[in-house]
Amino acid sequence: MTDTTSHDGPQQPGAVEQLARDDVERKRFLKIAGKRMGTGAAAASLAAFIAACGSSSGSSSSTGSATASSSAAAAGTSSGSMSSSSGSGDLAIVNYALTLEYLESQFYAKVVKSGLFHGKDLAVLKRFGAEESQHVVALKKVAMSLGTPVAEPTGKFPITSAAQVTALAATVENLGAAAYLGQAGNIHSKEILAAALSIHSIEARHAATLNLLLKKSPTPNGAFAKPASMSTVLAAVKPFIA
Amino acid sequence: MTHPDPVSPELGAVEVHGMTRSSFILKGALATGALYGAGAISPFVGNALATGTSDVDILNFALTLEYLETDFYRSKGKSVGLSGQAKSLATLFGDEESDHVAALTKAITGLGGTPVKKPTFAFPVTNQASFLKLAYELENVGVGAYNGAAPSISDKAILGAAGSIVQVEARHAASIAVLTERSITPNGAFDKPLTMKQVLAKAGPLIKK
Repeated sequence: MTDTTSHDGPQQPGAVEQLARDDVERKRFLKIAGKRMGTGAAAASLAAFIAACGSSSGSSSSTGSATASSSAAAAGTSSGSMSSSSGSGDLAIVNYALTLEYLESQFYAKVVKSGLFHGKDLAVLKRFGAEESQHVVALKKVAMSLGTPVAEPTGKFPITSAAQVTALAATVENLGAAAYLGQAGNIHSKEILAAALSIHSIEARHAATLNLLLKKSPTPNGAFAKPASMSTVLAAVKPFIA
Repeated sequence: MTHPDPVSPELGAVEVHGMTRSSFILKGALATGALYGAGAISPFVGNALATGTSDVDILNFALTLEYLETDFYRSKGKSVGLSGQAKSLATLFGDEESDHVAALTKAITGLGGTPVKKPTFAFPVTNQASFLKLAYELENVGVGAYNGAAPSISDKAILGAAGSIVQVEARHAASIAVLTERSITPNGAFDKPLTMKQVLAKAGPLIKK
């Protein structure tokens, strides 16, 4: 799989091995010694991740391809332990956030290259993109400290006009903020919680800004932001994953 | 309700005017800007409050800030005389901060705690420009305060509520930034959790009693 942005780092082992190692090594720093992943393995890794987290009950669902099914079985182990073991539970959440940040980072990079924006608006989008890229770097480091970071997905984003892009950016940022809020109560480690909160409020800033550019309310849910569940968010971003 | 006091266990049991000693110290600290033994565990965790601080104490700390923001937007906003988008945002945000006051008060009493009384504030601003400058500072301090305190919250529901509020404070901060052409993300890609000392440095002088 070709990275569309330069997020360099070690390559990941296969999905099943990754999930087995997480359970054993969850409180220790891991040295990632993996083989270069092919496209199929990367897709399986993400599919396993989505299968593990994609159902609200937390149990693995066997939707999808044969590639996903064996990974889903292993993913079921991980998702079953998501609430009980702090390391693998936190790793799943961090990898979920990392997936979203990868997508946001790719989206902004594409938007900036599109030539649709100029001046102040372009500067804002460039800045937001740079910030999402920093989130990728940080979350990948956190994931590596817990286990194996999820493979970078290949995003696909419709980009047709400035208005359409701004609306899509607002949708993505508001969703991202809700995603972080939805996980705050699930994170075991206080340090990881602090990191997630420090990113959550940035997504909120991005969302409010884009809402205002669209002449919409900066606080669409009023005084209390609403959390979104992992299954809701993953379903919403699925169209943007190739 | 009593809480173990890290300094002196027997003092922790003392109740002062219906508040626990730690709540009382908290309120006093906020009023005088005094230190309350905050010690960071690590920069990332950003321990805003001393270890052993209860959820009620954290909520009362937040409630004091929400009283401040509500008063700022509603009373000061009115006396300064705002116009245009500044006025509409101040109205919207004042309503939202007021909702935060109500929710935090309810959460505190729900936990069996006593909500702090509404303090009296004084905001040294005289026109729209200085009002918006202070609004920007206060909202950003609010984000830092919640982000700093949240990891110390024990109750998951309370943590969720704090998260839902801090997101709105961040939205407020960004809105003021857009309106006044200030930085939307003054901390860069990661918002900084603030220690209580840092929050008090900004908010303390605005609290009269």
